[in-house]
Amino acid sequence: MEKKFTLRKLIITIITFVVSIAFLLPFIWMLSTSFKIEADVFKFPVEWIPTRWNGLENFKEVWLGQYPFALYYWNSIKVTVITTAISVIVSAMAAYGFSKVNFPAGKFLFLIVLTTFMVPQQSILVPQFILYRYLGLFDSHFGLILLGSFSVLGTFMLRQFFMGIHSDYIDAAKIDGAGHFRIFWSIALPIVRPAIATYAILRFIWTWNDYQNPLIFLRTDGLYTIQLAMQKFTSLNGEFYSLIMAAAVSAILPLVIVFIIGQKQVIEGIAMGGVKG
Amino acid sequence: MSVEAKSVIGNVVENAKSVKIKKKSGIEKKENLTGLLFVSPMLIGVGILTLLPIIATFILSFADWNFIMGIAQIKWVGFDNFKALFENEGFLKSVANNLLFLLTVPLTMIFSLFIAIVIDKHVYMKSYFKVAFFMPYISSIVAIAVVWQVLFNPTDGPINQFLFSIGIENPPTWIADPSFALISVMLIQIWAAIGFNMILFLAGLQSIPKELYEAADMDGATAWDKFKNIMLPALSPTTFFLLITGIIGTFKVFDLIAVLTKGGPINSTTMLVWHLYESAFVDLKIGYASAIAVVLFVFVLIITLLQWVGQKKWVNY
Repeated sequence: MEKKFTLRKLIITIITFVVSIAFLLPFIWMLSTSFKIEADVFKFPVEWIPTRWNGLENFKEVWLGQYPFALYYWNSIKVTVITTAISVIVSAMAAYGFSKVNFPAGKFLFLIVLTTFMVPQQSILVPQFILYRYLGLFDSHFGLILLGSFSVLGTFMLRQFFMGIHSDYIDAAKIDGAGHFRIFWSIALPIVRPAIATYAILRFIWTWNDYQNPLIFLRTDGLYTIQLAMQKFTSLNGEFYSLIMAAAVSAILPLVIVFIIGQKQVIEGIAMGGVKG
Repeated sequence: MSVEAKSVIGNVVENAKSVKIKKKSGIEKKENLTGLLFVSPMLIGVGILTLLPIIATFILSFADWNFIMGIAQIKWVGFDNFKALFENEGFLKSVANNLLFLLTVPLTMIFSLFIAIVIDKHVYMKSYFKVAFFMPYISSIVAIAVVWQVLFNPTDGPINQFLFSIGIENPPTWIADPSFALISVMLIQIWAAIGFNMILFLAGLQSIPKELYEAADMDGATAWDKFKNIMLPALSPTTFFLLITGIIGTFKVFDLIAVLTKGGPINSTTMLVWHLYESAFVDLKIGYASAIAVVLFVFVLIITLLQWVGQKKWVNY
């Protein structure tokens, strides 16, 4: 049955491939433009492979020039890695508490946490802003990190996995005299490691790409994350499209790498939880 | 952000049922304390950064205030802010644009379903295609918006140069044209959302047992029959979920507008969250912005409730 249709399958593959290239054209254009000299950017027909290479100079200007991406990269890496780490720990602890510790208040508290999930983040921006100014968290990386650290989604996702752990494991450990913290750390966490990896990668992507929170909660240039810097860079270099594209490539690249490494986790994670940042 | 509410509700109900009444004992007290310790970081975070602010949003929506004034100078104005909403053209335009933007949801779903079906069974190099169509989802909206801004450039941009070259003399000026700007933004939105939808449809398709197709083949079913009678019903939970999260997502659109158009030209691409942002952080009208926030919250709440009710009614398992 399968073999009979090989030719058909091949033709469909070729057609789909052409469609996928068309779909990716904006990225291809971005990449090729980032290596061009400015005069060639708008040449038509488009030179997909630059005739005059200027890539090194473009990226050097982006990374070390007036608006040094090296600094914003460092800011983004710092904020993203710490946010991801805290968020994973807080979510995993809460998920364990809500699934494996049998305490009556738990069900009620879990409901409260879940209801906050319905609140669109944009509808609480103003009070958050006022609160941050009041607490002195405004315009700091620490404040920005806190905003991404308490994820209901992460708690819910990991809770599903903890619930899948058979309670025999936990009862056996208890008989051996292990407390909940011991069980959490040496039994439960290792079992759900794949789920944690999935959630961590997703949280990494969402935090890296976040534009709204840095826009509202950061003011000092030196604290900017890559997304914010990207936009400022664009308005500063309005006419230098080759530079802007080099900046765009720089902003997207780390995620493409994370995605290629964790491709399976990301796609499975998205498919499994049906989650969206 | 959203999660399948059906499983949420299901779980909560099940858990509630399974709670057995036990006698109070030392062990139980200890469990209580341990449980609280485990969940308290989350509870404190959510309490301070989400619960408190949402209550504050409702309170502030009845106030006339800005960030610069002291708290003492806050004025209570009743429903004035809400009245002001319906007299503000920017707000009305935003709601209208948000409603138009809803169109992106079914369109994205149709394209994504089609792609998912094709790459599920009919092509080689399946994982390449998954990655290719998923690329926009992992790319930052800021970078995407900046790239499209240049592509859409009315005179020099590659898109219009291409249109000139095939003999179209007056191509649209895309985001520079008030009557085309919103459509341009919607196109980008569809392009960026296809990957996410496709992955979920693929997962749905893969969970359909092979035997169903084999049985259908034996009965001499056509491809269309299989699509209509096997795929569509089996995909109904996915479809419903994507529809709901898609709709909620359109109400939260911000990055694309903020980077690409800033609501312009002449308010043609303003949307609820953009209008909220401008009112709060540019015009410093806190009370008015909070009223928009309440409207946004209520919209999302209604759709979420609809999801809970609809899940039982319309979804086949």
